[in-house]
Amino acid sequence: MNVRAQISSVFHLDKCIGCHTCSVACKNQWTDRRGVEYAWWNDVETKPGAGYPVLWEDQEKYRGGWTVEGGRPALRQGGPGATLARLFHNPALPVLKDYYEPFTYRYQDLFDAPAGDDQPTARPISLLDGRPIDIESGPNWDDDLGGSPVYAAQDPGLARLTAAEREQLFEVERLAFFYLPRICNHCLNPACVAACPSGAIYKRGEDGVVLVSQDKCRSWRMCISACPYKKVYYNWSTGKSEKCILCYPRLEVGEAPACFHTCVGRIRYLGVLLYDADRLAAAASRPDAELVEAQREVLLDPADPAVAAEARASGVSEQVLEAARRSPVWRFVKEWGLALPLHAEWRTLPMLFYVPPLLPALAGPAEGDGGFFTSLERARLPLRYLAGLFGAGNTEVVEAAYRKLIAVRLHRRAAQVGDLPPAAAAGALAAAGLTPRQADEIYRLTALASMPERVVIPGLAREEQTEPTADPQRQYAAGFGFLRPPVGR
Amino acid sequence: MSDLFLFGIFPYLAVALAVGGLVHRYRTLRHTVTARSSQLLEDRALYWGSVPWHYAILAILLAHLGATLFPGAWGRLLGAPGRLLALEVSGLALGGLAVLGIALLLVRRSRLGASTGAMDWVVLALLLLQAATGLYVAFTLRWGGAWYVQTAAPWLASLATLSPQVDRMAPLPAAVKLHAVNAFALVALLPLSKLAHLTSLPVAYLWRPPQVVVWRRAPGGPVRTPRPAGGGSATASRG
Repeated sequence: MNVRAQISSVFHLDKCIGCHTCSVACKNQWTDRRGVEYAWWNDVETKPGAGYPVLWEDQEKYRGGWTVEGGRPALRQGGPGATLARLFHNPALPVLKDYYEPFTYRYQDLFDAPAGDDQPTARPISLLDGRPIDIESGPNWDDDLGGSPVYAAQDPGLARLTAAEREQLFEVERLAFFYLPRICNHCLNPACVAACPSGAIYKRGEDGVVLVSQDKCRSWRMCISACPYKKVYYNWSTGKSEKCILCYPRLEVGEAPACFHTCVGRIRYLGVLLYDADRLAAAASRPDAELVEAQREVLLDPADPAVAAEARASGVSEQVLEAARRSPVWRFVKEWGLALPLHAEWRTLPMLFYVPPLLPALAGPAEGDGGFFTSLERARLPLRYLAGLFGAGNTEVVEAAYRKLIAVRLHRRAAQVGDLPPAAAAGALAAAGLTPRQADEIYRLTALASMPERVVIPGLAREEQTEPTADPQRQYAAGFGFLRPPVGR
Repeated sequence: MSDLFLFGIFPYLAVALAVGGLVHRYRTLRHTVTARSSQLLEDRALYWGSVPWHYAILAILLAHLGATLFPGAWGRLLGAPGRLLALEVSGLALGGLAVLGIALLLVRRSRLGASTGAMDWVVLALLLLQAATGLYVAFTLRWGGAWYVQTAAPWLASLATLSPQVDRMAPLPAAVKLHAVNAFALVALLPLSKLAHLTSLPVAYLWRPPQVVVWRRAPGGPVRTPRPAGGGSATASRG
């Protein structure tokens, strides 16, 4: 057993209001520079939709993630030899129009325009080279167009639905959509790391954050096509790849990452998970339908004394162990089985989990059934669509999570409003396999939890690890600013 | 006199600049070493330009290198007319591909104002000049594969042994001289341009483990000093 710690997160989609506060906080902090104007390390998509970059979920097109060859995970875009042969041109790389051409406006025109009958306008110009452009797309261009035939209909996830189900999704008065905020998943089996010919992308052993060394990156751009989530971006100005760094400079001083900190809907939970690094390859090689379960199996219970002992032997610090025991992510992912990985079938073992949204599945007037909510069987967002996103195609794991979410709602409705027969709530709990106590805990962590409960940042003890040998006053590399060391050192 | 400078002094200046410049760049500006791909901005023309250019020029460079390092073996290889003809024809074809590729890359640059600097134009123009003079020489002065071994190859060897034989190059036609001088001009540009990416051919990727895990401190192991340049070069243990 090779125990490692991983800082991971849960996004509770029922609570996401699509306000983009997370995106803007990240944008202002990390990607407001030349070369990455188009890059959104955090973005919020409307589902169903084509997403950003357009059709990122279509791995026939982008060849991202892993497949299984001979019982072992293999990069879908090809092994090392094939990758080196494509250094000069990567056939699966998205180009700028798949994102959007970044633009600003020539505001000076508003001041310089001669007097006339018309209001002066500021022309849109490209941020690439300043020439006037017609804006064809932009950040979150397809926001809230969940039922639109132009944007939503392109969603690759719709392929698994029947024509009737698709029709139902797009029927305007029953239009269903929900928001999907996405950041880098800091996967346990990252395809971007495996695809980098320079070895510039690496996973930090202590906390699992995946970073790009700007010193080693040589612009071979294989990480961008290899990441199935398209969460590595290419800085066309510096010729380097950049990606979400989970705000590690903030984490190391005990601050929540910017997108977590600013989240208005308080949908984001952060905590430590312990996992067994020796079992990753086997877990990533399982058949699609078992992948969610396989991913849960590599996670280890921090409350188990045997696991804790192994963790200490593997170099996990006491502070990290303590944080792992209080991890909200552990509760959502393992204890309750509510949070599921996004597209587990790409076999990167993503460490960002989503509580699937109940609202688009069940919002609506009470009809029949004697209950306040409609039933899962008559949900308007087809379970198979959600299973394609969160269950690697396996509807059972998604259904199990929904049974629990519904049970918690009924349980709380009966307790607080009292217009449901207690037997109905108890029946739902029994069907979901929850105790009333667990339901109350889920309710509490979902609705009432304060910031220190939602975001449990371990003491990373970086100072202990480096101070004996390194002068803490000298920092030579920080984020994406380059502080040059004095010549001669 | 000019021959002495061009073939006896300039090559040393160029190599000294290349070596010193590359060392300096790696020590202080390592993050600037990149191939700076523009594929994100333009995809199609890059494919038709970059792929033929790189494969053709790599093969041609290897042939130049092989003939210089192993002149005897190279001479025996070209000893039979059939083999010489085959090599000339494939060399010409590769040269044609390289010229077409680099010309396309040069034309393509005009559409990439945003990520194109003055040095990009200089490098592309010199590379086009180099490939074009090479093709011209190969076409007009036939059997270069054979006479190269008696002229330029000994000159390069004499440079390497610090006893430059300028006379080897002096009688050659102007096109050949231009080709040789321009080659060293490109060497001099290595540290000053994105040509520096030549020094980081990632062959180690072929045997590297797929996952790279970097520890500030190896688990259970001794504390080691993180090197001060960049996150990725900290104490590394791979697993």
